[in-house]
Amino acid sequence: MELVYSIAIGVLTASGVWLLLRPRTFQVLMGLALLSYATNLFIFGMGRLSKDMPPILQQAATAAGVHADPVPQALVLTAIVIGFATTALFLVVILALRALTGTDHVDGREPDT
Amino acid sequence: MLMRLELIVLLPFLGSLCAAFFPSNARNAEAWLSGIVTVLCAGLVASLYPDVVAGGVVRVHLEWLPQLGVDFYLRMDGYAWLFAMLVTFMGALVVLYARYYMAPTDPVPRFFSFLMAFMGAMLGTVLSGNLIQLVVFWELTSLTSFMLIAYWYHRRDARRGARMASIVTVGGGLALLAGVLMIGEIVGSYDLDDVLEAGDAIRAHAWYVPVLVLVLLGAFTKSAQFPFHFWLPQAMAAPTPVSAYLHSATMVKAGVFLLARLWPALAGTDEWFWLVCSAGAASLLIGSFSATFQRDMKGVLAYSTMAHLGLITLLLGMNTELALIAAVFHMMNHATFKASLFMATGVVDHETGTRDLKRLSGLRHAMPLTTMVAIVAAGAMAGVPLLNGFLSKEMFFEESIVAASDASGLRIVLPTVATIAGIFSVAYSLRFIHEVFFGPPTIDDLHRRPHDPGRMLLPSALLVGACLLVGVLPARTVGPLLETAAVSILGPVLPEYQLAVWHGFTIPLLMSFVALAGGIALYLILYWRKRTLVPTPLLSRFNSRRIFDMVNVAVTRGAGRLARHIYPRRLQTQLLVIVGFAIAAGYLPILAAGYTLGTAPLMTLDPLFLLLWGAGAACAIGTAYQAKFHRLAALIMLGGAGLVTCLTFAWFSAPDLALTQLAVEVVTTVLFLLGLRWMPRRLELDAPRRRTLEARARRTRDVLFAAAAGIGVTLLTLAVLTRPGASTLSQFFLANALEEAGGRNVVNVILVDFRGFDTLGEITVVGIVAITVYALLRRFRPAPESMDVPRAQREDAARAALVGPSFEPLPRGYMRVPAVFVRLLFPMAGLVSLYFLLRGHNAPGGGFVGGLVMATAIIVQYMVNGTIWIESRLRIHPLVLITLGLLAAGLAGAAAWLTAQPFLTALAADWHVPLLADLHVSSVLVFDLGVYLLVIGATVLMLVALAHQTLRSPRRTLVRGDVEQARLQSEGAPG
Repeated sequence: MELVYSIAIGVLTASGVWLLLRPRTFQVLMGLALLSYATNLFIFGMGRLSKDMPPILQQAATAAGVHADPVPQALVLTAIVIGFATTALFLVVILALRALTGTDHVDGREPDT
Repeated sequence: MLMRLELIVLLPFLGSLCAAFFPSNARNAEAWLSGIVTVLCAGLVASLYPDVVAGGVVRVHLEWLPQLGVDFYLRMDGYAWLFAMLVTFMGALVVLYARYYMAPTDPVPRFFSFLMAFMGAMLGTVLSGNLIQLVVFWELTSLTSFMLIAYWYHRRDARRGARMASIVTVGGGLALLAGVLMIGEIVGSYDLDDVLEAGDAIRAHAWYVPVLVLVLLGAFTKSAQFPFHFWLPQAMAAPTPVSAYLHSATMVKAGVFLLARLWPALAGTDEWFWLVCSAGAASLLIGSFSATFQRDMKGVLAYSTMAHLGLITLLLGMNTELALIAAVFHMMNHATFKASLFMATGVVDHETGTRDLKRLSGLRHAMPLTTMVAIVAAGAMAGVPLLNGFLSKEMFFEESIVAASDASGLRIVLPTVATIAGIFSVAYSLRFIHEVFFGPPTIDDLHRRPHDPGRMLLPSALLVGACLLVGVLPARTVGPLLETAAVSILGPVLPEYQLAVWHGFTIPLLMSFVALAGGIALYLILYWRKRTLVPTPLLSRFNSRRIFDMVNVAVTRGAGRLARHIYPRRLQTQLLVIVGFAIAAGYLPILAAGYTLGTAPLMTLDPLFLLLWGAGAACAIGTAYQAKFHRLAALIMLGGAGLVTCLTFAWFSAPDLALTQLAVEVVTTVLFLLGLRWMPRRLELDAPRRRTLEARARRTRDVLFAAAAGIGVTLLTLAVLTRPGASTLSQFFLANALEEAGGRNVVNVILVDFRGFDTLGEITVVGIVAITVYALLRRFRPAPESMDVPRAQREDAARAALVGPSFEPLPRGYMRVPAVFVRLLFPMAGLVSLYFLLRGHNAPGGGFVGGLVMATAIIVQYMVNGTIWIESRLRIHPLVLITLGLLAAGLAGAAAWLTAQPFLTALAADWHVPLLADLHVSSVLVFDLGVYLLVIGATVLMLVALAHQTLRSPRRTLVRGDVEQARLQSEGAPG
């Protein structure tokens, strides 16, 4: 299970990095989205994987190991929302860039041939 | 005692604030306000004199940053009292003077506001008992000085002068800060009392020389000492009251003030002697020499100020207590006569319209009173007997002999330097008076008819009166004050000194006469040979201003060149470097320590999970593959990867994350879909360069980088996951969530209660980002070729024309059924979102999820019904929602203050409602409501702003087309 999880993060990262290094703004945008999935899963994984143990308390006294780690979950939850906000900002910036420079190349101009 | 010391510093700043809001022509009101503030301050300072006499110190301690040893500490001893008196007294006179000097057209609020702020800063500097606080006020004086020099900012010289002054003095202030920090490290305290006590420790410390150099850098830049003197003549572009106040009487004195202030802590060594004396002597000589050859009246005074400050510095460097007393005495004397000379210069300028020594002549006929005032003040500057300047200069001559007694070579050098400087100072004083006020009258050349102004001359005359009084009766007038000041620096035992006009026939007296006679002779020679109006001999070649400019330009250019060399201009290269470093940073520990897996028990593989991520990985790789040419496909696959992520969260017991991820996935997809329309068309066929060898090599390299990153992250994750996790932090939250915070959903409790401040920050960021997106889109003009009707619709129309009437486009109203559905869905979605919000504390949900669900419901209405339809029926004000959200969250936090608890402490109460239920009410819910409102507002604002672009662009093309057509018609019509 852990192996699959790790490989999944690796594949997301690799796809994201590849796109990050591409010349077109939309590719970079997609790459960042993939990387943010990978990062969120990675941080989440730092709390270790556990099945059917949501951090929702049934009674006050809790034995250790009954609930999943809530801290990475709280971190990732806000990260997801902020990630959406920054993605939107990035999208608008690349649209404005495209309108200003007439190209969707990340450098704002077509590479010299 | 009560509050007097605080008020002295506070009042000017309050006055500054008030003055800024007066109407721009309120000359009298501004002058009254500032006058009252300065007189009040002067009165307060005066009233504290009994407390500081005979070594008394008035202290006010307020805690500021106690952890760092930085307190707000006002400390007034005799020396600080003397300076505070100088600053307030001069301030009052300058305000009076400025009332008549400033033209009715000048925007006076700015002037008086900054003048008051400067006074507050200067008072703060002299009254600081904490060195860090002193540096803060010190830099404030530089800042206000910048504002005042650039007061007439339409003038180029004013802007340049202000910039130069601020670069030099603020730079020096930074050096001073470094020096002060080092002193703090040595002494273990920034308290002035402690630092003055620890003089021996500082002098013996290995850091002594660096500390000394840094402090001197600060003092010399501020006091315009060689080689940092060049900013002072440039600062003369300021209005004359500013020059009189800041650049002769007070601010430039801050440097020498500090040297005398830290004299017990730093002075007494050879390093001090050589560094301070050489800078002082150089400034004295260069200043008095240059002053002799200036054309601008204020130029003469500026260089003379530099020379007199050099004299004070030289005295301070001599390491004798008598020299220190002489220095303090001369600080006061110089302030009186130089300010009065500046004011007289301003009067001349005001009356004649020029300060050019070449044009001015014979003004004594038209302005007899001004002439008299200026003569007395210039006499004091030259060191004529019976004026205050004579006394301190005499002391200076005496000290120059005494101080050098032990070093043989200096026996001759110091007195010679002093006498030569004396000769030049007599010469320029004489020239200043002679060229302006004597000689044939040249009134006809001037634009105005000069005459003695009435009240404008009053401050200057008062100061001249002080020069005379001190000069004739030194021991009765200034004697006790000087003693009080000296005692506060040197301690109760003072060396023998006598403030008297007549000491008998001594060597200093002889030097004075040599200086007087030599100065008169020098001027006569220069005058007869017509050499008074030439550029400064020798020194005009070494123009430090030009050197400053050259250095400035060279540094700017060099930085640009360096950036071009080491900074790749292409984003791809930059990202490659960043990614490369990240990969290296990840692999290095593995290479160094080896890679081992942990031994924690693992979960058994569920084939379903494998299948899930098979699809997920395919989606991710597909996205990477298709993002260039098939954006829609890439977008769909990105959504696929997102959904798999979401399911993974659900799988591994994170229901909150799964919910949030799902909702975000929806809005992100809508966002991208809205954005796609504005991206340029890109077809695989259009890209011939794809097949070249170079392009392939580049892609191979990138694949390798991507693979390395992916494998690295996999190894890292696997290494962590195979080791047991034990976080005490989590145990704390799990153990306390229910009892302390009253919530069962620990993730939500962390977000809104334990770490509520983080969440407040995060929703603020989200709000700011949303407003930025909105602002960008208001300015944003879509790319020209994408402003047309979308290609698909155009092709449809073309097909209709080709096929003829048998072509059937989509029927009208084909969205009617879904429209009815989503309208019905809207209240339900609202209910669900509220449900998520309310139950968030105890079950998966919360403000984030609820807000996103509600935002999705609204967006769906927009998508199906169209922007116009929805906005004509339902006005949603996302900006209001963002504001309300932030307010609710902030107020929920602030409510804790009512019960005297820290910000964001949760308040909870349990009420029993009869017949219904037990009700748990908590401020946490209000906080979560804030999150909820803000998330709705921010999401809707961003998406709707993007959606509105579609509404804007066709209309704009239409308008442009209409204008074009109208223009053609109007051109064609007359012909």
